[in-house]
Amino acid sequence: MTDHPTSPVPAPAPSAVGGAAGSPGAAGTAGGDTVRLSAAATAAAIAAGELSAVEATQAALERIAKVDDTIHAFLHVDAEGALSAARRVDERRAAGETLGPLAGVPLALKDVLATRGMPTTCGSRILEGWQAPYDATVVSRLRAADVVLLGKVNMDEFAMGSSTENSAYGPTRNPWDTTRIPGGSSGGSAAAVAAFEAPLAIGTDTGGSIRQPAAVCGLVGVKPTYGGVSRYGLVAFSSSLDQAGPLARTVTDAALLHTAIAGHDPLDSTSVDLPVPAVVAAAARRDVRGVRVGVVRELSGAGYDPGVRAAFAAAVETLTELGAEIVEVSCPHFTYALPAYYLIAPSECSSNLARFDAMRFGLRVGDDGEAGAEEVMSRTREAGFGPEVKRRIILGTYALSSGYYDAYYGQAQKVRTLISRDFAAAYEQVDVLVSPTTPTPAFPIGAKVDDPVAMYLSDLATIPSNLAGGPAMSLPAGLADGLPVGIQIMAPTFADDRLYLVGGALEEALDDRRGHPLLDEIPAL
Amino acid sequence: MGRTGPPPTKGPHAIMGITRDEVAHLARLSRMSVTDAELDALAPQLEAILSAVARVAEVAAADIPPTSHAVPLTNVFRPDVARPSLPAADALAGAPAAEDGRFRVPRILDPDE
Repeated sequence: MTDHPTSPVPAPAPSAVGGAAGSPGAAGTAGGDTVRLSAAATAAAIAAGELSAVEATQAALERIAKVDDTIHAFLHVDAEGALSAARRVDERRAAGETLGPLAGVPLALKDVLATRGMPTTCGSRILEGWQAPYDATVVSRLRAADVVLLGKVNMDEFAMGSSTENSAYGPTRNPWDTTRIPGGSSGGSAAAVAAFEAPLAIGTDTGGSIRQPAAVCGLVGVKPTYGGVSRYGLVAFSSSLDQAGPLARTVTDAALLHTAIAGHDPLDSTSVDLPVPAVVAAAARRDVRGVRVGVVRELSGAGYDPGVRAAFAAAVETLTELGAEIVEVSCPHFTYALPAYYLIAPSECSSNLARFDAMRFGLRVGDDGEAGAEEVMSRTREAGFGPEVKRRIILGTYALSSGYYDAYYGQAQKVRTLISRDFAAAYEQVDVLVSPTTPTPAFPIGAKVDDPVAMYLSDLATIPSNLAGGPAMSLPAGLADGLPVGIQIMAPTFADDRLYLVGGALEEALDDRRGHPLLDEIPAL
Repeated sequence: MGRTGPPPTKGPHAIMGITRDEVAHLARLSRMSVTDAELDALAPQLEAILSAVARVAEVAAADIPPTSHAVPLTNVFRPDVARPSLPAADALAGAPAAEDGRFRVPRILDPDE
C-alpha cells in the first residue's frame, strides 16, 4: 500500500512529538520544526516553557505566508488577533496559572462558523465581507480553551461540495499534489493542517465534509455524534445533518480538540445534554484486543478504486494482528443512503438558505429605489449564489413541492429510518464498523466540476453516519499511487470514544509498520 | 410532466423528468433570477440528479415511519428567563441598509395597489 517496505521495527517516539519539542531550537521562529509539532506537543512545550505561544503563532503565520499563495487554504488571516491571544496565554503562564491542554495552540477555523472580529463568508459572494455580531459556541469554547484562532479557511459555498471548488473565492489545493482537490467541503481546513499551516482545524460534516477531506489529505477527521457539538452559530446548510468536528494530524490531537468543543449548549435545542464521551482516554488506551470490528459489505467492491481497496484491506489486516475480531456485516439499505441524502440535504438547504434575502445581512443587488423587495431579493440571490447552491435550492424546492413531497422527501425520510435500523442491527454483532472513507483518492481539480452526480459519489461511504447521526472518524490508512487513503471507523450514537479507541491503536500500529507517520511522506512545498 | 397537469402519481417511474419551464418556475418560487444560459445548464443537470436520486422509490417502505432527525428530541425548552439580547446596533452593523435603528428595505407593495 505504500512504497515503503513493511518492517517490524519498534516504534520510535512519534516523530511529530519527538525532535523539536524538547530542544531549545523548537522555539526558533524559522519555524520549520515548530509547525510540524502535534497540537499536544505544542501545548506541552508551551506549558513547559520551552516554546512560547507567541513563537508557536509566529511560526504558523510565517508558514502561512510562505505556502498559502500555493495552497489557498485561508480566506482571512487574523495575525494581530492571533498574536494578542497568544500573548495572553504567555502572560498567564508567566503568572503561574495552569493552562488548558490546548492553550496557545494555533487553529484554522472553517469559514462557516460565526466569529466576532473576522469575516464569515461561508465561501459565498452573498456574505462577502460580512462580520457576524456574535461567536458560534464552538468559537467561544475555543477562545475559552485559549486556542489561538489564526483565521478563517476556505470551503465549498455553504458547505455544498466535495472538492472546495465551489468556493466563490477560488479552489484550495491539496498539499500532497497541488493539481488535485483537497476534498470538501472542509477542504481549507484539511489543506491548512496537511500543509503545516496549523496543527488543528475545525471543519463541519453534513455528508462527509470533515472525513473526506481528512482522507484525501492524510489526516484524522471526526464527525462527532449529531447533537454532541453545538450548532449555535454554525451557518445552517442541512440542520438535521450538520455537525462540527476536529481535523488533526494525530488521533490524540483530534480527541483534545473534540473535547474542547463538545458538550451541551442551551443555545442549540438539538444539542444533547449528556456527558462528553471520554475520547482522550480512549485515544491513549492503544488496545483493541477483543474489539469486534464489522466490515460493511455494501461499502466496498465496485466503485472503489483498487488502490483504496488495497490500503483499506491492509489496515483491516493490521486490526486483526492487533487482536480485534473482524466480521463482515451487511447493511442492505446503505446503497440508498446517497439518493436519500441528495433529497434530504437539498430540501433542508432550500429552506435554510431562504434567510439570504438581501434584507438583514450580506449582499443586496438592484436596490435602485424603483425595484420592489422581491425583485431585489431575486437579483441578489442570482448574483450572490454559485451554481451548486442554485442547483440544490432548486432541487430541494422541487422535492418539497406538493405532488412530489411523498415520493421524494417523504420516501427519503423512510430510507433514513431503514439506514438507522441497519446500523442498529449491525451494532448487535459488532462494536464498530469500518469502510474506506472515500471511493477514490484526491482527483484532479476540474475533473468533476461539471458533473454533479459524479461529484456526489465522493460521499458514498460517509453519508450513512450523517443520516443515522452516529459518530465516524477517518484515519490515514496508507497511500495509493502517492496519494492518501482513509479508513473510516463508525460507532453507535454517543459512543464516540470507540472511534478513538480503535483509531488510536490502529494509528500507532500503522505508524510503527511504516516507521513514521504518513504525513512525513508529503512532498515539500 | 409539466406542473399544469394533474398531480403525478407516486409510482417509481412517474416522478422522473424535469423540464426547462419547470426549472424556471422553481427558480421563481425560490426567489432567484436565472438567465437563459443558466436554465440551459440547470435543466439537464437536475434531470441527471433526479434520475440518480429517484432510486429511493425502489425501497418498499409503506410501513416504515419517516425519520426527520437523527436524535429524537421533542419540545426542548429553556427556562423562561429574560436575558440580554443582541444590541440593535450590532444586529444592524451587517445590514445592507439601515435607518433610524431599523433595517431599511426596498418597497414591499406595488405602487399601483
